[in-house]
Amino acid sequence: MLLKEHAKLVGAFSACEEIIGRKKLQKMIYIAKKLSFPFQEKFEFHFYGPYSEELTLRVEELCNMGFLHEIREKKGGYYQYRYTLTEEGKAFLTHSEVVMPQLEGAVIDMNGQSARFLELVSTVLYFDTLPYEEVEDKIFTLKRKQRYTKEEIAEAYEYIEQLKKQYVPSSNTGWSQ
Amino acid sequence: MEYSRRKLKEEKVFKDPVHRYIHVRDLVIWDLIGTKEFQRLRRVRQLGTTYLTFHGAEHSRFNHSLGVYEIVRRIVDDVFRERSQWNKEDRLLSLCAALLHDVGHGPFSHSFEKVFHVDHEEFTKQIILGDTEVNEVLSKVDPDFPKQVAEVIGKTHDNKLVVSLISSQIDADRMDYLQRDAYFTGVSYGHFDMERILRVMRPREDQVVFKQSGMHAVEDYIMSRYQMYWQVYFHPVTRSAEVLLSKILHRAKELGAQGYSFTYKPLHFESIFKGQFTLQDYLKLDESVMLFYFQVWQEEKDPILSDLCRRFVNRNLFKYVEFDPAKEYRKHSELEALFKKADIDPEYYLVFDSSSDLPYDFYRPGEEEERLPIYLMTNQDELRELSRESSIVDAISGKRRTDHKLYFPADFLKDGSTKRNIKRQIRSLLDI
Repeated sequence: MLLKEHAKLVGAFSACEEIIGRKKLQKMIYIAKKLSFPFQEKFEFHFYGPYSEELTLRVEELCNMGFLHEIREKKGGYYQYRYTLTEEGKAFLTHSEVVMPQLEGAVIDMNGQSARFLELVSTVLYFDTLPYEEVEDKIFTLKRKQRYTKEEIAEAYEYIEQLKKQYVPSSNTGWSQ
Repeated sequence: MEYSRRKLKEEKVFKDPVHRYIHVRDLVIWDLIGTKEFQRLRRVRQLGTTYLTFHGAEHSRFNHSLGVYEIVRRIVDDVFRERSQWNKEDRLLSLCAALLHDVGHGPFSHSFEKVFHVDHEEFTKQIILGDTEVNEVLSKVDPDFPKQVAEVIGKTHDNKLVVSLISSQIDADRMDYLQRDAYFTGVSYGHFDMERILRVMRPREDQVVFKQSGMHAVEDYIMSRYQMYWQVYFHPVTRSAEVLLSKILHRAKELGAQGYSFTYKPLHFESIFKGQFTLQDYLKLDESVMLFYFQVWQEEKDPILSDLCRRFVNRNLFKYVEFDPAKEYRKHSELEALFKKADIDPEYYLVFDSSSDLPYDFYRPGEEEERLPIYLMTNQDELRELSRESSIVDAISGKRRTDHKLYFPADFLKDGSTKRNIKRQIRSLLDI
């Protein structure tokens, strides 16, 4: 199928009226991938947590194709990007064969969270093979400037469990590509 | 004297076409170069299939790894040495991480990883932490040292300054590969004044920054990166070879999964076909081994595998047309149906390729903290993001440029001995 990986992203955008912020978008897709949604973008750990250059490029391609609308707006001392799906994007999604029934709820849920919190959640997931105390240490050292608290880290763990319970059926994901 | 501080009696040098000489004085570095896992990098090309486009591009990841080590050595021994924000205790960690940063790369790693869903970074970690000669050397420094090195390479070490020397938007890795790839491909794009860049580098708490007076040298580096991306890394002929390579691996994997009886048993692939790939299996699979299989698979009974291998070995690559997926995705479905009617499997012979499928990147100003940008340091010690100061960098980092192509075997479509009318329709749709 043509543009299968792009179609999965379009599926994520279609669930939300708008996604505000590139950082937020990066973390949402990373978290979805870690929840076993079949995104193929490769992520690496960067200064601000998991980041995928492949995802950045695909989003640029979707904008150039006219499937996504990007608005760049000045906000204080920096720029912020807002993304919405276009009519062409919706038509493309109808044509694609990608079906991920649970994705919509998970994406809407994550989109309701702050970018700061999703950065924490994605960092916890990046270190998911380490014990809780080591993850805490990693966050306090690697993310010292963000000044996350122990309570926030506990909340991140709870949030991951909640996402898994609600959107990742344990037996069969029912996803088809 | 403790192992970490031991020096060779005489400095060893490797003659290098990019840096003139690679200097080794530390016993640890000398021992790491001698390990079998590091020597294996001689059999993995730095640029994968690019040698089929630029015939000089036969250089290996071994060359590149030594080059990255040499750049970091110059930084820590010459540029940073007397700077108060540099901790000399981090020297060996920086050098080892630089030398080993690519040690987990496999044969034709980009396509290989995509097809078999493996990750060279995971193998790098396993080589450093597992039962290997590399681990044996690093552990002699300190039992915790392998973990430290793995974390620097994995970008999860808390010393972000050391991490940024090896992995950032202007790091030793990129500075070496741009110059080395330009040298070996013979193109004139990848050159920039590295000596000047090194002179204006300054250590900061979390990353390396650059004196504003060196902005033009940094601009030149960004331009080189941009031009190399389009002229070398995303060269359409190289992409064609990569498409072919990827399809060979897909076909072999598919046949392996079907229990197909290979005429020449792919012993080196058996564990990965079964999904039981160990580090030892991975280390045995280099490009010499891979090319051996492509050679013998030319005689396979399976017509797709043998055809794809013949094409790769004899450089009979797929042709391509520009393709606008937004306007033409329906046309693609039509083409797929016609390929099937013409008895040409579109899964292997009609391949869409995008610029997003490439392990190289442009400069990103990191406007929303998705990536850490390059900072210039003013005389007043203020930090300013590069693209805000440089209109050249702003011009190329602010524009989205993407590229899409459709690859196919033109010779099959021109062969009029079978399905002539259908092939004519395909040619007409492809406008060839």
